Amino acid sequence: MASIEIRAVNKAFGPTQVLHDVDLEVANGEFLVLVGPSGCGKSTLLRMIAGLEEVSGGEISIGGRVVNDLPPKNRDIAMVFQNYALYPHMTVRENMAFSLKLRREPKPQIARQVEDAAEVLNLMPFLDRYPRQLSGGQRQRVAMGRAIVRNPQVFLFDEPLSNLDAKLRVQMRVEIRSLHQRLHATSVYVTHDQIEAMTMADRIVVLHEGRIEQVGSPLDLYDHPANLFVAGFIGSPSMNFVRGVLRARDDTHWVEAGDGTALPVGGSPQGRDGQEVVYSFRPEHLELGATGGGVPAKIQVIEPTGADTHVFCEFCGTQICAVFGERLSVRPGETIFLQPKVAGVHLFDAANGKVLTNGIGN
Amino acid sequence: MTGNAELVVARPTGPKTPAKGLIARLLLRRGTIVVFCVLFAVACITLLPFYWMFSSSLRTMENMFSLPIQWIPDPVNWMSYVIAWQAQDFTRYFFNSGVVAIAITLGNLLLCSLAGYSLTKFHYRGRGLMFVLILSTMMLPLEVTMVPLFLIIKQLDWANTYQGLIVPFLVDGFGVFLMRQYMLSIPKDLIDSARIDGASELRIFWMIVLPLCKPALVALAVFTFREAWDMYIWPLIIITKDSLRTLPLGISLFMSSYGTSWDQLMAIAVLGTLPMILLFFFLQRAFIQGIAATGLKE
Repeated sequence: MASIEIRAVNKAFGPTQVLHDVDLEVANGEFLVLVGPSGCGKSTLLRMIAGLEEVSGGEISIGGRVVNDLPPKNRDIAMVFQNYALYPHMTVRENMAFSLKLRREPKPQIARQVEDAAEVLNLMPFLDRYPRQLSGGQRQRVAMGRAIVRNPQVFLFDEPLSNLDAKLRVQMRVEIRSLHQRLHATSVYVTHDQIEAMTMADRIVVLHEGRIEQVGSPLDLYDHPANLFVAGFIGSPSMNFVRGVLRARDDTHWVEAGDGTALPVGGSPQGRDGQEVVYSFRPEHLELGATGGGVPAKIQVIEPTGADTHVFCEFCGTQICAVFGERLSVRPGETIFLQPKVAGVHLFDAANGKVLTNGIGN
Repeated sequence: MTGNAELVVARPTGPKTPAKGLIARLLLRRGTIVVFCVLFAVACITLLPFYWMFSSSLRTMENMFSLPIQWIPDPVNWMSYVIAWQAQDFTRYFFNSGVVAIAITLGNLLLCSLAGYSLTKFHYRGRGLMFVLILSTMMLPLEVTMVPLFLIIKQLDWANTYQGLIVPFLVDGFGVFLMRQYMLSIPKDLIDSARIDGASELRIFWMIVLPLCKPALVALAVFTFREAWDMYIWPLIIITKDSLRTLPLGISLFMSSYGTSWDQLMAIAVLGTLPMILLFFFLQRAFIQGIAATGLKE
């Protein structure tokens, strides 16, 4: 196993710059997830680690060795692709053995390694089938099997679950995670699905327009987003944003929303009186107030998920979402009173999106 | 035509009554019958020259052009096959045609797929222009390039040689086009995956790309083999030695200023058609798949 170091890496396709001075370290045995919206450069970065894209500037090293000019086969990596990339004319066994054959390993050893991997992934009954005879989940497992037989220094995953249905995705998520716990292989995993990122990562890297927005553990990013982008991207349903102006009098701070409502702020936030801010809170950080207590919110849509209830409503002139653990007997069109929990309030500078205050832990 | 038949079924709307269902079925049946009639007629028209060739080979010379036309030869004259085969060294001509057609076919399979691979899976300056140039060679008929080609072959001292017959046709614009179109459908991830697995570029081509191109390769093989097997003008220009004559040149020997032995000519023509028919018969499934997948035919 090995660590990966990425130093001031740039990538341009012609005149288009897709990665800007990316610095990143992946520790030995870590499961790092690169997440971001499509076009943010996450797949490009992964392909650069793999050696499938040239590095326009900067340096990438794997296990302390600079690999910028090494072809993929000399980097000792394995990659799982979004569309599985299984060789259609080879059986599962041949697919998994392909790389070992190229390395000219002895036949009995290849057979043993393939069967060991197949055992781990429950692929034994399918070894002599062709990829077209397998279901999506089984194909995905073969793709992983092909990666693990090689026992590489680094595993790279390029949105491996996005072609699977929702239920299978959850199942495969657990399988990949438990495989990682067993192998302790350094892994870089690309996804646009923040739930996948949250549930699988040791650390998450949020990328946006070719720049790293924030790096941290899943809960760190959830509780302490560094800017509006990360705050909006991590979490589902996403964080609520209400634009307003920060007010400070004596030691008391509050935010005056566009419609004049005063919203509570805990502690002493950075920022000055009169500064334009974005008042933000997660959907679960709202309390139902008694009539007259809290901010009136007109219900637009109610989505009961079974486990909890999502209520979309108009709050200070903005559409927000509130999540309640209990089942509510309210209807669209009715008005409820909501009170943001002060400990869960984040303030962001409206001008540059940077955080002023993170409620939790403050 | 099949589309029309489907339209007829799809047209009835509203609640289905048994009567309406029956009408739809009848209309569908009528549509199918029409389709089959038209296809049968077209098939007959296509097969007619072949039948004419076969029946002429079995007719005697006296009955060759008799009126009314003798569709079924009477008497049946099988001797024309024996006489024709002995009249010239046809074993040699068949062998020559076979060598030339197989060599040209293999050359095209290899070189056109290499060119197609380069044009689809590698990025380099001038790639698009290169493809346009290759395509533009398809616009030039052999008659245009014949004279310069002949001069080149003459300078190389390749007249009356196998290489003179083979080398000018080892790669062809159409073949490159066909392979390129097919290779566009091979996902790049497969190639990347093979790169990561440790395969060299040539091995990727050989072990991943070529096996996946089987339908296109079969289509190209059938096209190329047919063209090479039929080639007449070029061998006529550069071959003067009897031992290097190809089959079409051999067949032309039956035509002379003293007359044409139609029965023998047709007998050899029948034998000359057989390899093509057999080739197509064994490869037709993959051939049709290859043509359909390259978008050349819907």
